[in-house]
Amino acid sequence: MMTATRRHALRYFGASAIVFATAAPFAATAQDRTSVKIGYAISKTGGNAGGAGITTLPNYQLWIKDVNDAGGLELPDGTRLPIEVIEYDDRSSAEEVVRSIERLATQDEVDFMLPPWGTGFNLAVAPLFDRFGYPQLAVSAVTDKAPEFVKRWDKSFWLLGGGHDYTDALAKVLSTASSEGTINSKVAMISVADGFGIDLVTAARPAMKDAGIEVVYDVTYPAGTTDFTSILNDAAASGADSFVAFSYPPETFALTQQAQIANFNPKVLYLGVGTGFPMYGANNGANAEGIMSLGGIDYSNEENMAYRKRHEELTGQAPDLWGSVITYSSLQMLQEAIKRRGLDRDAVSDELSNGTFQTASGEIKLEDNQLRTLWLTGQWQDGEYVAVAPADREGAKAPKLPKAAWQGQ
Amino acid sequence: MLMATLVGGLVLGGTYALVAMGLTIQYGIARTMNLAYGETMIAASFAAYLIHNTLGVSPVLGLAIIAPAGFVFGWLVYGILLRPLVARSKNIASLEINSILATFGLLFVIQGVMLVVFGGNYISYNYLNFGIEVLGVRVAANRLLVLFLAFVIGGGLFLLLTRTRWGTALRAVAVNPAAAPLVGIDANRAARFAFALGGALAASGGVVVSMYQTFTASSGVVFTMKALIVVIMGGVGNLAGALCAGLILGLSETLVATYISPGLTMAAVYIIFLGILLWRPSGLFGKVGK
Repeated sequence: MMTATRRHALRYFGASAIVFATAAPFAATAQDRTSVKIGYAISKTGGNAGGAGITTLPNYQLWIKDVNDAGGLELPDGTRLPIEVIEYDDRSSAEEVVRSIERLATQDEVDFMLPPWGTGFNLAVAPLFDRFGYPQLAVSAVTDKAPEFVKRWDKSFWLLGGGHDYTDALAKVLSTASSEGTINSKVAMISVADGFGIDLVTAARPAMKDAGIEVVYDVTYPAGTTDFTSILNDAAASGADSFVAFSYPPETFALTQQAQIANFNPKVLYLGVGTGFPMYGANNGANAEGIMSLGGIDYSNEENMAYRKRHEELTGQAPDLWGSVITYSSLQMLQEAIKRRGLDRDAVSDELSNGTFQTASGEIKLEDNQLRTLWLTGQWQDGEYVAVAPADREGAKAPKLPKAAWQGQ
Repeated sequence: MLMATLVGGLVLGGTYALVAMGLTIQYGIARTMNLAYGETMIAASFAAYLIHNTLGVSPVLGLAIIAPAGFVFGWLVYGILLRPLVARSKNIASLEINSILATFGLLFVIQGVMLVVFGGNYISYNYLNFGIEVLGVRVAANRLLVLFLAFVIGGGLFLLLTRTRWGTALRAVAVNPAAAPLVGIDANRAARFAFALGGALAASGGVVVSMYQTFTASSGVVFTMKALIVVIMGGVGNLAGALCAGLILGLSETLVATYISPGLTMAAVYIIFLGILLWRPSGLFGKVGK
């Protein structure tokens, strides 16, 4: 009697377990789904917070608000589902970002994941995105190895180009100005001894050589350097008309101020990350005029300008003038791919690879999972950070060289 | 060239010294290793930024409000957070450990509040950003102001501590907190006052640093680290030591950057730090060994 009941009970239990197990996936994908779960890990604190807080996070927030205000993400059958957000702070730690992404995939079981900020972090999580089958639209990652990564992780997308793209464009700007007799063919180059600076300066050395530009001063400095007096003195003494710094934002700001104090007036002044921050133009006013850097935008692109206006209204700050609009565009691509193909991640990845998308930065069609139509060099002209290279792309302005001397304040 | 390097080094060193003086007073007299020191500075930097950008008031005038605010903040922190620890600790060693843990927590509280209020973005503004000729070298006016303030504040405090009765009482507590009450000094009150004074110095440091340096809500730790090196190198609790150590660091950084390589400035700082500690384990002006 006892054994019979127990056996019955076990059988009932086992059967129901099987039923539940097979029913579970259906439950998740069936019509009663009420939202699309989107998760991301981002540096809200720590050393990366400054960069993530301007290029990445505000765009995630803006996009989610835009989508939810419109009733949610549109699916192929025309229905709309609101986005449910799961956000983690990776505290600028590589271990933490990996843990968060794992958690988003395995415990929160999100439908899509947005990438973290920074080249290093995007590389750190790429194997996880690949293993769990999520498309990775890496924006704030500048890498020359993108073609290799695409082979290794076929759902990874690289949207901000590689170091070579930027340094080749810069070398071309310099060699053009030099052949026109505007500047001499010498450049003084400094770089931060960290990811971005190392990548860029490594790419710049051969690029300058090929363009016939002689590098007469080439030093690196540790991240966090605040005093550039001696570097600027040496650069001024080197006889180069062009000064290039592959720097991070704090150093970019410090170099701008200290070059004014030292009365160091190179004919070409090219600085690193931070030059394209709206704050940079606001802080430096007329003295920003003529300064060059990576990125730039086409002010005649109406969609981009509309995006900038919305961004400023929602977040209270203007987007930066390099990666921000690409970040937002990558989200629009994801949104459109979901609309065309549904929530199946393989299908969405396929659409991202092969589809053509209308975005805030114009029409985008990826080549080998990479965005190749990029603005590579920008320059502050009349209070706007305009794109000047590649010169043959529609919307490019001519660079204004030589840069005017600093004005007293 | 040499002149430019020397002047540049002195100006950089002045910043280090100014930043470190508050910490050395807090550690030397109040016996609390304040790990939230850098965060206090950054909070003051934000205040200066707000005053400059929204009210259009010069940060130097802002000091008149921000430094006393730093004093009040230090006074409250000591009274609420640290006083119970002092009462509970059996000896100096356990007080040091307890205060490190408590201020480590405070670091995250202040940082968290700043992140919520201001976000994680880079902040900077332009103030007194023009060159002034000093001994034939162009120096940034804002950095020169820092050097000037470092000497005025450092010198003023030094005179205060050595020439007044009140300063003597503070120094007595620094030398022997157990014996000071025997001669009628209220050690607790002196410690609280010293901690608050350190808070005012941290706030002043934050204001002047914000004039020429970019900061974020999370960049306080860098200042605490640099200040800690200067304090330990100069001898804990010694103002003249902090001033000397700050200037030595500033000079060696610019000399190395000019004549060897800008990439080796950090390495040079730590080599000098190690060298001085090997030579004088209690710092340049340390009193323990005497």
